[in-house]
Amino acid sequence: MTPVLQARGLVKRYGHVTALDGADFDLLPGEVLAVIGDNGAGKSSLIKVLTGAVQPDAGEIRLDGEVVRFRDPLDARRHGIETVYQDLAVAASLDIADNMFLGREIRRPGLLGSVLRLLDKKRMRAESAEHMAALKIGLRSLAVPVESLSGGQRQGVAVARAVAWATHVVVMDEPTAALGVKESGQVLDMIRRVRDRGLPVVLISHNMPHVFEIADRIHVQRLGRRVAEIKPGDYSMAEVVAIMTGALQLSDGKTVVTDQEAVKAAGVTRD
Amino acid sequence: MTATTTTQTPLANEPSPARRLLLTPTAGPLAALVLACVFFSFSTDQFLSGGNFSLIIQQVMVVGTLAIGQTLIILTAGIDLSNGAVMAFGGIVMAKLAVDSGLPPLLAITAGLAVCAGFGLINGLLVTRISLPPFIVTLGMLNVVFALTHIYSQDQTVTGLPAPLTFLGQTFSIGDTAVTYGSVLMIGLFLFFAYLLSQTAWGRHVYALGNSPEVARLTGIRTARLTVGVYTLAGLVYGMAALLLVSRTGVGDPQAGQTDNLDSITAVVLGGTSLFGGRGLVIGSLIGALIVGVFRNGLQLMGVPSIYQTLITGILVILAVTVDQLSRRRTR
Repeated sequence: MTPVLQARGLVKRYGHVTALDGADFDLLPGEVLAVIGDNGAGKSSLIKVLTGAVQPDAGEIRLDGEVVRFRDPLDARRHGIETVYQDLAVAASLDIADNMFLGREIRRPGLLGSVLRLLDKKRMRAESAEHMAALKIGLRSLAVPVESLSGGQRQGVAVARAVAWATHVVVMDEPTAALGVKESGQVLDMIRRVRDRGLPVVLISHNMPHVFEIADRIHVQRLGRRVAEIKPGDYSMAEVVAIMTGALQLSDGKTVVTDQEAVKAAGVTRD
Repeated sequence: MTATTTTQTPLANEPSPARRLLLTPTAGPLAALVLACVFFSFSTDQFLSGGNFSLIIQQVMVVGTLAIGQTLIILTAGIDLSNGAVMAFGGIVMAKLAVDSGLPPLLAITAGLAVCAGFGLINGLLVTRISLPPFIVTLGMLNVVFALTHIYSQDQTVTGLPAPLTFLGQTFSIGDTAVTYGSVLMIGLFLFFAYLLSQTAWGRHVYALGNSPEVARLTGIRTARLTVGVYTLAGLVYGMAALLLVSRTGVGDPQAGQTDNLDSITAVVLGGTSLFGGRGLVIGSLIGALIVGVFRNGLQLMGVPSIYQTLITGILVILAVTVDQLSRRRTR
């Protein structure tokens, strides 16, 4: 199976700091891939490189097997990679349809659109309504400013927008970090629906229960590299955390204990 | 409403246009304006007449036009302290080129408009390229342009303007009310910018930029270009205000417009536009300018000394900003 999005040997240095040190990445069709890692593991650098926000110093990215280079986030977006940011997702005083189509507005056909630049608000509202309904995001009205929505609904608008435009990949950076329990659950449901529509999702999260609940596979990032690619069912949460912190290492799919003390502290019982 | 209502969509619950108006930040200012008009109609019998309304509009047309440019900039979460000075310079350029340099009047007007747009462009470039706060940039520009005005005019008022420069001060009649062409231009500009802001993608982008430059950038809006465009367009509008000023006074006056920067901010704020950016309507600034105009006119007709008009304007501004702050807190 050709990965939808693949990276090999990514390197990114900031001065003397090496954020990515030959990182690999594979996203398979139709999966939810969680990317986890300690602070400073190069998680966000990896995501920034994959979404065009920064350019790698070395390494290559392939989209559907073709080598690609993203000059900026807009370029990545043109290739069908959409990103949902933690809290920078929506313009607060604009309504839902405005936000869904921000930067990609549809104008009225004919002279009204070409000469008078008149927006086709009716069509944008109708299409927004369809996208929101497809993700089962219930809202009273599409014409209210998004600042009057709850955090979960707002994140819903951001997710719906990403899904509406993404043709290849949806990347979600900590989409539940700012949300309560119930709203997080709604966002996880949304992620499932996105996957069910066949769009692969990259989920960056600190929240292990969320990761274990939703991910098909987990990419563990450590010291600027991918140190493990695992299925949630094969390891316990404690083991995954131990891999993340370096207490456990994987070789040939087997667990190798490197730091007995740390493993004990992490509560891992397997030998 | 459309075919999509077969699936369960939120479209069925759209608020009616009337209800939507009530939800806008312009509803309060509009109510205040109507109340003020009603109050003065009962307080003084000279207030309620076509001639008096035409006079009020003439009195607010310069500040009102400046307020259009000011609104654009404030919507991006900026502010422009230099607009009155830029307008005064534009007026002097138009007058001097037409009178002293003997340029064809239309060319002189075009040059004045271009100069004003040019100052807007410089403001915009300083704000975006060097990331300076708009307050500081336009404060500096205020002094620069003020000085240039006095250097270029040698502190002399320019008189004897050719007809095209004073055309906007001419009147035509609606019934027995004389209306200046300038008033029509101002209202036309308001309608034009209301259309741009509410009905075009450019307008949506201006609001998004004011809400959060980062959100706007991440959605693919070229924020620097947009910001420079807004400041330049505002400058062009100040140029039109310059033409209105010259037409109304009939001279090129280097002393003109010295408090108009603050007066235009007053109009914008009274009109319900948030100084934090991203919220408000340009029509609100017309209402804001009219509120000031109506109070000044009405109080004058009642024989209240002008210093009290200033006092009341100040109280209204503080009230308007308080309402904005409280309503923002509620939506958080």
